[in-house]
Amino acid sequence: MKIPPSDRGTIMEGTAFILLTQGIHGISYGLVLFLAASGLSMIFGLMDILNLSHAYLFMLAAYFAFSIAQVTNFWVALLLAPLAIACIGMLLERYLIKPVHPFGHTPELVLTLGIGMVLLEVVKSIWGTTMLTVMPPESLQGFIPIGYLKYPVYRIFIIVFTIIILCGLHQLFRRTRFGTIVRAATVNSDMVSALGINVPRIYTLFFGFGTWLAGLAGVVVAPLLSVHPGLADQVGLDAFVVVVLGGLGSLWGAFVASILIGLLNTYGIQLIPTVAPLITFSLMVLVLTVKPTGLFGDRQ
Amino acid sequence: MQLVVKDLNTFYGAIHALQNISLSIAEGEIVALLGRNGMGKSTTLKSIMGIIKPRSGSIQFNGNELAGLPPHKIAQAGIGYVPEDRQVFGNLTIEENLMMGQMGIKNKNAAGPKWTLDRIYEHFPFMVKKHGLKARFISGGEQQMLSIARALMGNPSLLLIDEPSEGLSPIIVNEVRDILAEINKEGVSVLLVEHNYKVAVYLAKRIYLMGKAHIGYENSVGHLEAHPEIRSQFLEV
Repeated sequence: MKIPPSDRGTIMEGTAFILLTQGIHGISYGLVLFLAASGLSMIFGLMDILNLSHAYLFMLAAYFAFSIAQVTNFWVALLLAPLAIACIGMLLERYLIKPVHPFGHTPELVLTLGIGMVLLEVVKSIWGTTMLTVMPPESLQGFIPIGYLKYPVYRIFIIVFTIIILCGLHQLFRRTRFGTIVRAATVNSDMVSALGINVPRIYTLFFGFGTWLAGLAGVVVAPLLSVHPGLADQVGLDAFVVVVLGGLGSLWGAFVASILIGLLNTYGIQLIPTVAPLITFSLMVLVLTVKPTGLFGDRQ
Repeated sequence: MQLVVKDLNTFYGAIHALQNISLSIAEGEIVALLGRNGMGKSTTLKSIMGIIKPRSGSIQFNGNELAGLPPHKIAQAGIGYVPEDRQVFGNLTIEENLMMGQMGIKNKNAAGPKWTLDRIYEHFPFMVKKHGLKARFISGGEQQMLSIARALMGNPSLLLIDEPSEGLSPIIVNEVRDILAEINKEGVSVLLVEHNYKVAVYLAKRIYLMGKAHIGYENSVGHLEAHPEIRSQFLEV
């Protein structure tokens, strides 16, 4: 059957329209999740640290973005807030996490969760518990037409920005000295230090880098969701599922799992709202039962 | 003396793995450390390298005290380490493995001309074609060569080598042996831990024999060759 051009817009409305917008919504949320989760996953992969304060650093970045954007603008916030988070991350690693690491996973989990709690209280005492709004920069406000759809520019920006970061990560690991050292240290850190490389320093830098990514995610998410103390739990939990689902330490696993969780979340809320929150966790349980190392991981 | 180890004591938990180990290496010398399995040969190398922290004792290298320093400082002082089982980075290419040997070393301790990728490829021609290949895909012998070459890239004046001939066919063992002789001619001293007695006496002028956690014999290769009863005491199973 041939559809006259004038009718196509009408046909696109309805289910197809919803599915498509929700699809792009899901991908953009998934990519934010990826930014938030990638640092968590990479830090675990290299340093064997499961940093429970990661989501709280992410939340702190959103607050930094709010305050910096008030004084200057969004772009300055996007530059400065993640750097500030990276500095805090490096200080935490150097002075709190590193001394505790030799004593095993349990003290480390308690410590990093404690750091998260402290950050949460600090945020509440400085910014309060009300929802704060960060506006996207003017150039990213409004809608752009995609075919017959009008889609928020800011969500497109998130997709493009995250893909640029992802390509940057790939280049960093493949082409730079730092990336080569990190790949080598992931498999044999003793040997790396026996070649004259200061591995503890690399660890601190890398921890800073991972938290920088969490900072980026926090800034980018601020105009998308409102800034509030529950942000850490809301996105942090999803990010944690992403890391476990994708396989601890696997960057590509985290990427695939992020998109998957993003899509499941948005389609779930749209199509079966009552059980939507269960979907991600059911998927995690299902995958872990079949493959305990996650989709792409080799560690339990 | 280039390296003087004195009264080195190392523990694994409660186990006294090295008891008052003392040994020395002159510049340009090849010295072999032999003994049965589990005597502490590898532990000696790891303790010198700082991978296991010795509890007491002194490690003087060119007059500087190294005991207690982290491994990267010891490598930067000019000691190269070729561990048992090669321990190449299987997820890195041959060329990346080689570059790893150079990245952490700032000072030039080179004995003789400096090592570059070009010079490495001259000494190890098989690497030219395979330079982009992940190290886990090359043979055991090639991995051994790569492990040695990687250490050389840091321009060490002393190499600690742990069982380079282990698990290799006789032809490849001879290739590794000849490479070590070649490197030594360029001025690099070698502390060689070996199971293969023939390789050890071919390369070394002096031999240390280890008994359980201690050094039980030290003399020239000629002396050891003339005393088969010492060989049977320390080496034969």
